[in-house]
Amino acid sequence: MADARSDILARIREALQVKAPKPHFKSEETQGQPVKVGKQWLPDGGETTEASLVILAEQLAKLKAVLIRVPDEAAAGVAVADLARAKAWKQVAYHGASLVRPVAAALPCPSWEADASFEKQKLEGCDAAITSCEAIVAQLGSILVSSASSGGRALSILPHVHVVVARVDQVLPDLATAIAQMEAKHGAQMPSMLSFITGPSRTGDIERILVLGAHGPKELYLVLVG
Amino acid sequence: MSDAKQIFIKDATLNAADGDQRAFIRKALGGYYVNRDLQKARYRDWERARDAASLAKWTAVNDLANQLEKFTANFERNGGVVHWARDAAEARAIILKIAADANAKAIVKSKCMTSEEIHLNDALEKAGYGVVESDLGEFIQQLRGEAPYHFVFPCMHVKREAISELFTKHLGTAPTDSPEELTMIARRHLRQLYVDADIGITGANFLVAETGQISITENEGNARLTAALPRIHIALSGIEKVVSRLDDLAVLLPMLATAGAGQPMTCYNTLYAGPRKPGECDGPEQFHLVLLDNARTRLLADPEQRDALHCIRCGACLNVCPIFKNIGGLAYGTTYQGPIGSVITPHLRGLKQWNHLSGASSLCGACTDACPVRIDLHHHLLHNRRNAMKQSPSLFDRAFHAGFGFVMKRPTLFALGGKVFRATLPLLKKLPLPYMSAWLKTRDLPAAPAKSFREQWKDHSHG
Ligand code: SF4
Repeated sequence: MADARSDILARIREALQVKAPKPHFKSEETQGQPVKVGKQWLPDGGETTEASLVILAEQLAKLKAVLIRVPDEAAAGVAVADLARAKAWKQVAYHGASLVRPVAAALPCPSWEADASFEKQKLEGCDAAITSCEAIVAQLGSILVSSASSGGRALSILPHVHVVVARVDQVLPDLATAIAQMEAKHGAQMPSMLSFITGPSRTGDIERILVLGAHGPKELYLVLVG
Repeated sequence: MSDAKQIFIKDATLNAADGDQRAFIRKALGGYYVNRDLQKARYRDWERARDAASLAKWTAVNDLANQLEKFTANFERNGGVVHWARDAAEARAIILKIAADANAKAIVKSKCMTSEEIHLNDALEKAGYGVVESDLGEFIQQLRGEAPYHFVFPCMHVKREAISELFTKHLGTAPTDSPEELTMIARRHLRQLYVDADIGITGANFLVAETGQISITENEGNARLTAALPRIHIALSGIEKVVSRLDDLAVLLPMLATAGAGQPMTCYNTLYAGPRKPGECDGPEQFHLVLLDNARTRLLADPEQRDALHCIRCGACLNVCPIFKNIGGLAYGTTYQGPIGSVITPHLRGLKQWNHLSGASSLCGACTDACPVRIDLHHHLLHNRRNAMKQSPSLFDRAFHAGFGFVMKRPTLFALGGKVFRATLPLLKKLPLPYMSAWLKTRDLPAAPAKSFREQWKDHSHG
């Protein structure tokens, strides 16, 4: 008996001997030609940086994520320290990125660099995580983190609060641009995890009523520098 | 009549008569309609975006063998291991073997309909593993010992009081009627389980051929945790989930969220390329992908309905379906409920036993309109009806068609039949006819004309 792989591939090739018609399209222009992303039909992400920032702020507000804009890195440190005091954080884990380290150093509570000495039990006990990110998608209010830029897989999902520190020039108009940038940056060597985070963790499983903080962070802050 | 059909008719009749439950489902979906329309309005051209989405899936599915070869080569280059399973039994055996080889004990799962399809939990539990569903809805359904009601909203039919009772009984927590508190109970209960589990099992929403990544869409973060903390990650996916380019996701991910849940984007859309890489601080040591056929190639061989394999399981067709809203998801008795389930289940499990689902449709076409990848759902229900009739017509069908043909070929007989029908039409309301009486109870029949159309035609053309 042939192995499952060749069996299944043979079944597929046999099945595809008969061609299927193309889907019926709404518009004549799309008929037949391969659609390059079709991003011009998706929600607007803004033509200019200014426009993108307006859309981003709107999206984040709807998602119940908090946007904090600060002029420089020192102000970012102050903003996050204020947050730590207001929320009475006791333990914070952070990703050792150049944008994050000074922010962590300004914290009023103990903190540790999670990617240097990863321990899942210790991470579970943390109040908050501070990471950088790969990019921000204005169109959808999504923050793209990766195992490379955000201290691995667990840091941005396990603690109850997630704070992302980013520069304004990391804001991209739309998802298509973010994906193109990832392909250009990583090519065939993608980080083992890339995650588009769109708002704090949520569920509607009980009577379709929205509850934040199902399993991931209940609170999501984006500190935008510049 | 097949067993499945008998059970279906019984359950559907019962549920359709339960006005309270129907009102509850309608109310639960109310917010979805509003949010979906708000999100759709943000698209610069929703209909053309649907063109792009359907073309992306069409391209991949119609080149499936090459795309899968490309995907698996890239997936393995990233350090993952691919397993192929012809059917459910093979898929279960593969996963059991991975678990045994790894000397695993505890398994945590995130939502995966394909695992429902192959009855994976049963097999794992029989083999002695502790298996916990981590998606809140699936967790509730697991405690209830019930199949999911809706493949995106698994426990949308359960009232909060029932969930509170369930948690009190199984987890010993105090009763509450707050959805927020109930969610936090599950959150607290599950957190340690992720940390302790040896294996995390997830599904996959898309397999990206050009990069070898798998894409997982979720709101709660449970899939992220499932793929981050245990030392082994197993993903289970149907072979049809492949797309050729990463770029395709720029259209498919937002549309999946908007069509299915009225969101701009699902909370977490995550791409995985292999296990933990050198230099990364966490992540699983092993990453396995089980690719399942389980009769999908049979559906692929039908060019007329091949587009049913484009389905991205968003759930939109269920949310708008009048049948789903009235009979509920459990009555279908299938892994995939609603219109898409009625289309594909006869292919996956046999037309003879499952064709009755194609009859459970008003053919209103709401599903076809809602589908982000333009699957011609309501016509496929008609195709299934036609195919079933060709394959094994019932005695009634055969007798009816023979009788109809006989009369149609004989004009005098036809005219006589018409006369008798017109004369006896008022009697219809009085006779206890199956199905028809209920319909006629609250409706008046129009009076029958004195003369048939042909008689009137003759009169007029002479006059
Ligand atoms: S058939 Fe279309 S609408 Fe229904 S679940 Fe699949 S993709 Fe969504």
